[in-house]
Amino acid sequence: MIEVKHLTKIYNGGVKAVDDISFTIEPGKIYGFLGPNGAGKSTTMNIITGYLAATSGTVTINGFDIYRDAKKAKACIGYLPEQPPLYQELTPREYLEICAGLKHVPKAKRAAQIKDAVKRTGLEKMQDRLIRSLSKGYKQRVGLAQALIGDPDIIILDEPTVGLDPIQIIEIRDLIKSLKKKHTVILSSHILSEIEEICDSIIIIDKGRLKANNSTENIGNARDREVLLMTVRGKQAAARSVILGAAGDKVKIGFRESAEPGCIDIKLEHEAGLDLREELSYAFAMARIPVLAMSKSNVSLEDVFIEYTTGGKSDEPTADAGAGPGGPAEDKPGEAPEENAAAPGADAGREEDDQ
Amino acid sequence: MSSIYKKEMKILFSGMMGFIFIALMLVVVGIFMRVYNLGGAYSLSNFEYSLNGGIWAYLVVVPVLTMRAMAEETRSRTDQLLFTSPVSMAEIVLGKYLAMLTVVGVPCLLFCLYPMLYSAYGEVNFATAYAGILAYFLLGAMLISIGLFVSTLTDSQIIAAVITFAVVLMGLLMSSIISLVESSSFASLAVFTAIAALLMLLVKIMTKSWPAALIAAGVLEAAVLVIFFVDSTILETALTSMLGAVAVFQMLEGILYDGLVDLTVYFYFISVTVLFLFLSVQSLEKRRWS
Repeated sequence: MIEVKHLTKIYNGGVKAVDDISFTIEPGKIYGFLGPNGAGKSTTMNIITGYLAATSGTVTINGFDIYRDAKKAKACIGYLPEQPPLYQELTPREYLEICAGLKHVPKAKRAAQIKDAVKRTGLEKMQDRLIRSLSKGYKQRVGLAQALIGDPDIIILDEPTVGLDPIQIIEIRDLIKSLKKKHTVILSSHILSEIEEICDSIIIIDKGRLKANNSTENIGNARDREVLLMTVRGKQAAARSVILGAAGDKVKIGFRESAEPGCIDIKLEHEAGLDLREELSYAFAMARIPVLAMSKSNVSLEDVFIEYTTGGKSDEPTADAGAGPGGPAEDKPGEAPEENAAAPGADAGREEDDQ
Repeated sequence: MSSIYKKEMKILFSGMMGFIFIALMLVVVGIFMRVYNLGGAYSLSNFEYSLNGGIWAYLVVVPVLTMRAMAEETRSRTDQLLFTSPVSMAEIVLGKYLAMLTVVGVPCLLFCLYPMLYSAYGEVNFATAYAGILAYFLLGAMLISIGLFVSTLTDSQIIAAVITFAVVLMGLLMSSIISLVESSSFASLAVFTAIAALLMLLVKIMTKSWPAALIAAGVLEAAVLVIFFVDSTILETALTSMLGAVAVFQMLEGILYDGLVDLTVYFYFISVTVLFLFLSVQSLEKRRWS
């Protein structure tokens, strides 16, 4: 269990990377640490693991203060930093042996633990090559194996799937899910679908401040608006008048050139629980505007994330996010559906309707 | 600590690096042995004379050996592994230090055989020979601790190597510099003023506070000025004795050449070593807070 209380970190240059963050990590769950670049994710992780000292605030790991009881606290944590801390001139086997020594794994257990970590990360064939000559994906695995050595209660992974190929990503995700049985896992990622898939709980931070801390389910439900995506053949003005005729002012409309020539993509945002699909399809049919695709988009974590990090939405860590939704940022009508650079890989839900 | 030591040894000796350092020290001393001990013009049985030539090996070995100690870890971010493992900062520093000390220790151990070999062919004063080897080793130990400290200050191996090289070189040249320095109170005043200015810059860089820097420099400069105007004779020898205090190779030479086993020199080497190991730990601690 990790308790973070009023954590603040101000770097030498006066940059406030983390600003009064408090949260508690319960055992046996997978936590997703979410935030745009420079939000303070890595800084927070570096403080929790004892690599950096906080300017103020405390971190306790299983009851041990990371600063005062550093050795005991650090013994509870396995950490894979953003850049795996590898010694290029060693082989994975030698490297893991050294890690086992650093983590005070008893000599009798070392061989078995190393073998286990190698097996779980799929490094069997690579363990006697120099780390220098391994590909990025395998280096990442060696770093992950290092975090598993010592069988720590808590495993902290800073962007564990960066640089891996799709098959490796699935393997690593399955590995992380399997860790849940025995460990508490915290992982950070930019890939929202990944967080949504593996994490039980999500912590969103932005500009060093905690924006949300709740279960994945609750954060997904935190929306009060739903999105309808359509692709129609025709002109923007005609489509707009059809929609206004059918739905009036209940929707916010966004247009974008479709990938298909002569077509437009439409994004309609409306209140949750409102289903306009039938009315719209009839209305478009009456106006002889062919609807090529229409789908009700489950508001993905991506939208919630954007809402939290750009729209100023914020809830207290203890508040039930599902019960008290704040309004999302007002979109200007007629604006193209936003393509947010902060959320790569997560727009699949939107793009698949553009056939 | 032992796992850090093992790791460093593995990295030093998995390639050629460690072996090259050992070979270099043996070769440099070996060349002087050929000249002083093995035939040639001298044919002396005093191994310490050869060892005095061997001090040049430190000029290359120490900067190159110590430059990667912390700088490389910082650059490749492997320090994250060390600092998040359940080991203390002091253990990290000591583990690294002892590994580098081993590299210098191996040739010194081999040197211990030489006087015994010589004794088969002539008379050897074992006391001065071994006292000399010990002093030589301790000087190396001290220089390595300085190099390690410099390496904690930067993430660039080149910068670490250049600074350490400059430090060792200054140590080597100090005896010549002292003989060039004018023994006048005015020269001392000028040099101490320059030192006060340097101190000011240093404090400014370290604390980022001008008042602290100005106070530090001001106190030193005021003290020097007061001494200069009250009794300027004190300053006449101040400069040379200050430089003499850092002329470490000259101290070693006293033991190796003159056979005067001065215990204060041993004590000096050990204390400076401890000081710089302590500073290295502090420097690493400080990084976590910046």
